[in-house]
Amino acid sequence: MIELRDVTRRYGDGPPALRDVSLTIAAGEAVAILGPSGSGKSTLLNLVAGLDAPSAGSVSVAGVRVDTLSEAGSARYRRATIGMVFQFFNLLDDLTVADNVMLPAQLAGMSRGAAERRAAELLGTLGVDRHATAYPGRLSGGERQRVAVARALMNRPALLLADEPTGALDSASGEDVQRLLADLHADGQTIILVTHDTALANACATRTVRLADGRIAADTLAGAR
Amino acid sequence: MSALGRVVRSGVGRRRVQTVVIGLVVAIAVTSSVLGGTLLVASTAPFDRAFGQQHGAHLTAHFDATKVTAEQLAASARAAGVSGAAGPFPTATIDPGDGDREPIGPLLVAGRAEPSGGVDAVTLTRGRWATKPGEIVLFSDGRFAGGSRAVGRVWTLEDLPGAPALTIVGLARSISGTAGGWVVPEQIAALRPDGYQMLYRFTAAGTGAQVDAGRAAVAATLPAGALTASRSWLTTRQEAAGEAALFVPFLMAFGVIGLAMAVLIVGNVIAGAVSTGTHRIGVLKALGFSPGQVVRAHLAQALIPASVGALLGLVAGNAIAAPVLSQTNDVYGTSDSGVEPWVDAAVLAGVLGLVAVTALVAASRAGRLRTVDALAVGRTPSAGRGRWAARLTARIPLPRPVTLGLAHPFARPVRSATIVAAIAFGTAAVVFSVGLAASLQRVQDAEGLADVMVEAGQREGRDRVERPAGTSMDTAAVLGAITAQAGTRGYCGTVRAPVSTPALTGELEALATSGGNCADSYRLVNGTWYTGPGQMVVATPFLTRTGTAVGDTVTLTSGGVPVAVRIVGEAFNTEHDGLQILTPIETLTAAQPQLRPREFRVYLTPGTDVTHYSDELDVALAPLGAFVGMAERGTPEAILIINGLTALLSLLLVAVAALGVLNTVVLETRERVHDLGVHKALGMAPRQTIAMVIASVVVTGLIGGALGAPAGLLLQRTIVAEMGWSAGFRLPESVLDTYHPATLVVFGLGGLVIAVLGALLLAGWAARTQTATALRTE
Ligand SMILES: Nc1ncnc2c1ncn2[C@@H]1O[C@H](COP(=O)(O)OP(=O)(O)OP(=O)(O)O)[C@@H](O)[C@H]1O
Ligand SMILES: [Mg+2]
Repeated sequence: MIELRDVTRRYGDGPPALRDVSLTIAAGEAVAILGPSGSGKSTLLNLVAGLDAPSAGSVSVAGVRVDTLSEAGSARYRRATIGMVFQFFNLLDDLTVADNVMLPAQLAGMSRGAAERRAAELLGTLGVDRHATAYPGRLSGGERQRVAVARALMNRPALLLADEPTGALDSASGEDVQRLLADLHADGQTIILVTHDTALANACATRTVRLADGRIAADTLAGAR
Repeated sequence: MSALGRVVRSGVGRRRVQTVVIGLVVAIAVTSSVLGGTLLVASTAPFDRAFGQQHGAHLTAHFDATKVTAEQLAASARAAGVSGAAGPFPTATIDPGDGDREPIGPLLVAGRAEPSGGVDAVTLTRGRWATKPGEIVLFSDGRFAGGSRAVGRVWTLEDLPGAPALTIVGLARSISGTAGGWVVPEQIAALRPDGYQMLYRFTAAGTGAQVDAGRAAVAATLPAGALTASRSWLTTRQEAAGEAALFVPFLMAFGVIGLAMAVLIVGNVIAGAVSTGTHRIGVLKALGFSPGQVVRAHLAQALIPASVGALLGLVAGNAIAAPVLSQTNDVYGTSDSGVEPWVDAAVLAGVLGLVAVTALVAASRAGRLRTVDALAVGRTPSAGRGRWAARLTARIPLPRPVTLGLAHPFARPVRSATIVAAIAFGTAAVVFSVGLAASLQRVQDAEGLADVMVEAGQREGRDRVERPAGTSMDTAAVLGAITAQAGTRGYCGTVRAPVSTPALTGELEALATSGGNCADSYRLVNGTWYTGPGQMVVATPFLTRTGTAVGDTVTLTSGGVPVAVRIVGEAFNTEHDGLQILTPIETLTAAQPQLRPREFRVYLTPGTDVTHYSDELDVALAPLGAFVGMAERGTPEAILIINGLTALLSLLLVAVAALGVLNTVVLETRERVHDLGVHKALGMAPRQTIAMVIASVVVTGLIGGALGAPAGLLLQRTIVAEMGWSAGFRLPESVLDTYHPATLVVFGLGGLVIAVLGALLLAGWAARTQTATALRTE
């Protein structure tokens, strides 16, 4: 489903953030990307999301050449295919929880009524429906990340990308999110998860890719351990 | 370099756009303040300035030469309270005729060897001073001067023994208006002398009572009955204010708008700079900077570009003010080389003080901030504000990016309000100045008497006309030629006739008319046009000065015969300072049977080619002793100055408004760069981003325009009416009412256009900005 071929991403004159990375991920897989700080994990995720373009090589997702999309094309691609979860949630402070969750669907042109129903359903599933009319600032970190996950799932994306989703959470909330991701994967959701946390990787991932200095240092299937 | 200096320098360098905007806004504010302030000072008391420069006479006194000697008068300069005196100048009243033109009327002439002197230093505006008998210098504000063409003309005084001739050698302006003309003292003897004139300055002459006391002190030193007439400078000043006061209302308007705008934008820019710097302040404090250091760092960050801008603005303001002042000098009869230094100093101190105070207020808020809070803010507008608007707009059935943008202004209500005000001021300034120019044009048009003028005389070549004395045209034949000419729609024959009325001292001018189209040359403000003899139409100053109203009957004396004439209408007519009387020729023919039209105003059918018409008519008129003159269409200098100044000032104000909008959109976008990244990560397409950014300024732009356009209209009507009043005229509605409602709506939408243009510029940038980069701004 996802295919990176000889991808290099270079910023300015420095050593490339990614060099000659080739990686194939099948639908239904849950892949954890591990590696030291600065090894290129977020860069890789941004390339898959179409938020960034490689300096060389190609990125295809579900048969679409993501690296050659126009700005408008990549926005359409993200709406249709990608859900993103961030370390610092990136919820919009001035919108209610429900409005945050509805936003991706509304950007894709869904009516407010339909979006409201879908958001209510998701918030219910994720156990944060009683906060629907609250503002993100009032929620705990764990709750906020659940809302962020709900927002990411709004358009039923084929691929869920998560960058350090537990990085800003205490261990209890972290485990909470970990269970959530594991459940999603169990339901067949394809996930790419960037993390420092080996426990999280072990719990959620079927496969672990280890980056070092922009190269793939190891690529192991969970079953192989 | 100290740590503080390094922080300041990096701050100035890092926020290049804002640094430039602060500099520019301050520069423009200083430029317009220097200009406005200078002109305001120059126009608040133009008479006083001119009076001061010319050492004007506080009292102009006339004495009976049979009751007092020149020596006694010279000694009166030592009377108590007299600080200076000029004279005695022998005087005579002459009644010159100018070729075949109608009589000019009596003119007071003083015998004076020198234009200069301790009192009433007369300024020569053209030509030279009279140096020998046979020469005369005319008062250039008088109605006899006739501009530069007057110099060189010769007057023959046929009613005097020996019919002395006077050649006009110069024009001069006396702010005190002491005489209508000056000759060398020896000349007066030949002009039937009627007395002496003395010009006094008093140590105290600020009030009517003080001037009266001065007059009494002078009279006490002289034989009883010697003082026959006198005139206080306060009376002259009041009359002079009419002309100069024309400038005060609109300069006041611009001064106020300009200053309000400067306060608004400078405050907004600096408060914005400090507020986006809040996070940085937190970092600095976390690193150990004291609150005082933080405040100073911010003050410097604002004051450095502000000072540079202020100096640039000062140079520009002085550069522009100099030529403008030299133009107004002509209008006020003053001579100033440039800007008053204290205006420069006051503007500089005022604007920089304002910058410093605003920066201090905003920075001290940051200085007080707890470090933890400072570190926490800065990512998005302080949470909590305007959420009601976000909830409300979310329900509007419009695409989501649009409704998101609509809520933006409410997140920062104060800033949005200042932008609304900036747009409103900019729109108002444009509506005001365009309306003012249109009004002045309408005044001009109202004075444009006719399409073609026919006068008595013989044309010799293209531009030279001979008006032989004594010849008069064959009125009936000329009229026949005019009516026979294809393209003639109508005509109005006119002749000026001297009349007088007991309520007004001195001669009045009646413009006696014949013909059916005379009303076409005038705009009525009240009443109706006359329908027959015994009726007249006058202008507002006539009504004011005589204390009459439309409907009243006034007795005019014409050729010694009293005629009762009813005022049937009030027209806008500035001729003869608004004292000209318009009446059918038949009103006066009982008293002056020889009265015939001497000029014809000809009105053409629409679509007639004026040049072609004039050439043909000229040929037909040549044998009849008449020719086609030019209908005067020149724009007076005062109107050109007003138009130039309005254009310049409103341009500056619009520039300031646009900069203010641009700066705000930059601030907004900078503050929202992270949110924009989030939106894009969630799939917001470039077009949606642009829609959102534009929607965010639509409300502000619409409200600003909706407030500004009517405000500008109100301002225009008030100021134009005020200018009319200060000149003594009630203006016709057509002069005030220059806007079609649709035009006004277009101008109102102008505010929106400014806002959208500014937003588009940044929306493009926002849509292109690297999402990955934006999201990294954690
Ligand atoms: N926009 C950018 N401009 C310049 N350099 C960048 C940019 N984004 C990333 N880099 C560089 O690329 C390298 C990889 O960055 P990346 O964010 O992918 O690392 P990471 O593995 O996600 O690290 P961390 O675990 O700390 O998040 C780093 O050296 C970083 O400095
Ligand atoms: Mg990272």
